[in-house]
Amino acid sequence: MTTATAQDRETPPPPARPTAIRTQDLRKTYKSSRGDVEAVRGIDLDIPNGEFFGLLGPNGAGKSTTIGMLTTLVRPTGGRAWVAGHDVTREPVEVKRRIGVVTQNNTLDLQLTVAENLQFRSRFFGLPARIAAKRADQLIDAFGLGDRRNAMADQLSGGQARRLLIARALVHKPDVLFLDEPTAGLDPQTRVNLWDILTVLHEQGQTILLTTHYMEEAEALCDRVAVVDHGKVLAAGTLGELKDDVGAVTVVTVRFEQPVPGGLAERAGLLARPGVTKAETDGDQLRVFSADPEGLLGDMITAGTAAGLHVRDATQLKPSLETVFLTLTGREYRE
Amino acid sequence: MTAMIQPAEIGTADAPAAASIAALITDAPVPHPTLLKTFAAMMAREFRVLGRNAPSTFIRAVVQPLLFVFVFAYVFPKIGSGFTLGAGRTGAGSASTNFATILVPGLMASQLLMQGIFGVTMPLVSEFSWQRTIEDRALAPVPIRVLAVQKIIAGAVQSFIGACIVLPIVLLVHAAGQAPHVHVTNWFLFALILVAAATVTSALGMLLGTLMDPRKMQVMFAVILLPATMLGCVYYPWSALHSIRWLQILVLINPMVYMSEGLRAVLTPSVGHMPLWAVLLALVGGTLVFGYLGVRSFRNRVIN
Repeated sequence: MTTATAQDRETPPPPARPTAIRTQDLRKTYKSSRGDVEAVRGIDLDIPNGEFFGLLGPNGAGKSTTIGMLTTLVRPTGGRAWVAGHDVTREPVEVKRRIGVVTQNNTLDLQLTVAENLQFRSRFFGLPARIAAKRADQLIDAFGLGDRRNAMADQLSGGQARRLLIARALVHKPDVLFLDEPTAGLDPQTRVNLWDILTVLHEQGQTILLTTHYMEEAEALCDRVAVVDHGKVLAAGTLGELKDDVGAVTVVTVRFEQPVPGGLAERAGLLARPGVTKAETDGDQLRVFSADPEGLLGDMITAGTAAGLHVRDATQLKPSLETVFLTLTGREYRE
Repeated sequence: MTAMIQPAEIGTADAPAAASIAALITDAPVPHPTLLKTFAAMMAREFRVLGRNAPSTFIRAVVQPLLFVFVFAYVFPKIGSGFTLGAGRTGAGSASTNFATILVPGLMASQLLMQGIFGVTMPLVSEFSWQRTIEDRALAPVPIRVLAVQKIIAGAVQSFIGACIVLPIVLLVHAAGQAPHVHVTNWFLFALILVAAATVTSALGMLLGTLMDPRKMQVMFAVILLPATMLGCVYYPWSALHSIRWLQILVLINPMVYMSEGLRAVLTPSVGHMPLWAVLLALVGGTLVFGYLGVRSFRNRVIN
């Protein structure tokens, strides 16, 4: 006994890295009469406490299904997932106690007022009525809903409803906050407003998993990002890591009036330019990926003109999530 | 004098908001949810909504039975077209049974079914529609089946209240000399039948609400609600159907029959009625079957 203790003291086990969300080969296939749909095809995530993590991908990439499985409302068809230390399929009640969820659709209780939405949610989580009322007031003030407190939930504007949804997800101080496309359909002002709120929450140590199809949202908020498409994680890491791994490239695209003949980039010597990692033609577009874009645009236009093409327009994307996505998928990001 | 906004004030305008957002995390009460507390809070939510909708619920509950007894127990006898059921067929007494007596248990049963549909099925259909507001309560820290059972119980309470509202109306509205012959000998049995009938309609309401396609609500009224009522021994006792034997047997699949007949047995025992044991067996059995299927179907709808 004593020896063991001494040994333990000498070689303490590595501090268990507290994990907020972990998934192993998580899968979801929807069965339907028109054939099976593989919405999520094996996702592995490891998100420590306190992290602001983003699942970034276009609509239909499997983000909402993933969030659904992590919040116990979608049953996985393969793999496992743990949230706040509990298995989502075996201990759904333990998981639900520890999570706050902001769904993409407006799931406010439309039969109740703004204040009642918060009060009853607090009471569902075991707060006595008096404390629930105080918590509701605190949330209403913090989210600037004071003048709407007695309005029915179906009379709120889109931005107000979204704020109330977030407030409601916070009533019981959840270990993990899930936000599914929190700013979709909101005006830019309201969106920035929500970003500020989320940033403050994160600074207070709130673990957040957010899904978004807005590049700039993930760039503005998240510590780490997983780029998801067709139910799989294409790449994951901090923004810096993603850019380094995938190549911190600038993407220059020139669109011509005519279709671009194949092999134009090679013939014009564009691939031989220093820093160029890839060149591709796509219909009337010529696209070159380069870490050193100095003078590249001019050379591309020259190459096209020499081949008898007329330039329509050109774009140059600095290294960003968008260029990461382009590099990973070879497709332009579809929002 | 016009107040000038100082630059300093602009700079600090957002500061309280940020501080109060931060306080949501640092200054949060610690919840201790238990199954019982969550269940009680969900029931409290139902009654808050019920209270808010009380006027419209009341009107909905009152109008149909009121018009029925007014026309059949007041207008018809006055204009000489009163229905009566011949003696010897319907009861031991030699006097014929007036229509008001038939209607008292029948309209209460019909009311129970209506409340079950309006109180459980309709809200469920809207909660499962495209916004899926059901997710609000589905994320409460209890198993989904507890939420389903809670909805059945809340619906049963609403049905029970609806039936109690109807009782004085069907007792009091009638033409002179057309008073229904109501005679409750066992109040406990009366309450038991009422509770069992309320629960079976609520469980049925849950099953329909989880199976129903919102776009086919109109069809439900045509193929379920209307036949259930018209062929549910609301307007005639089951024993009177003996002259149409095939119909008498066919209607036994209709839960409404047992509700009407059960209430007939405890409220107007002078009218021929089904034996109470058969009624209770059907109502309790129906509650278990519809309840089991309803909860299962609810769970499958909530969790994809």
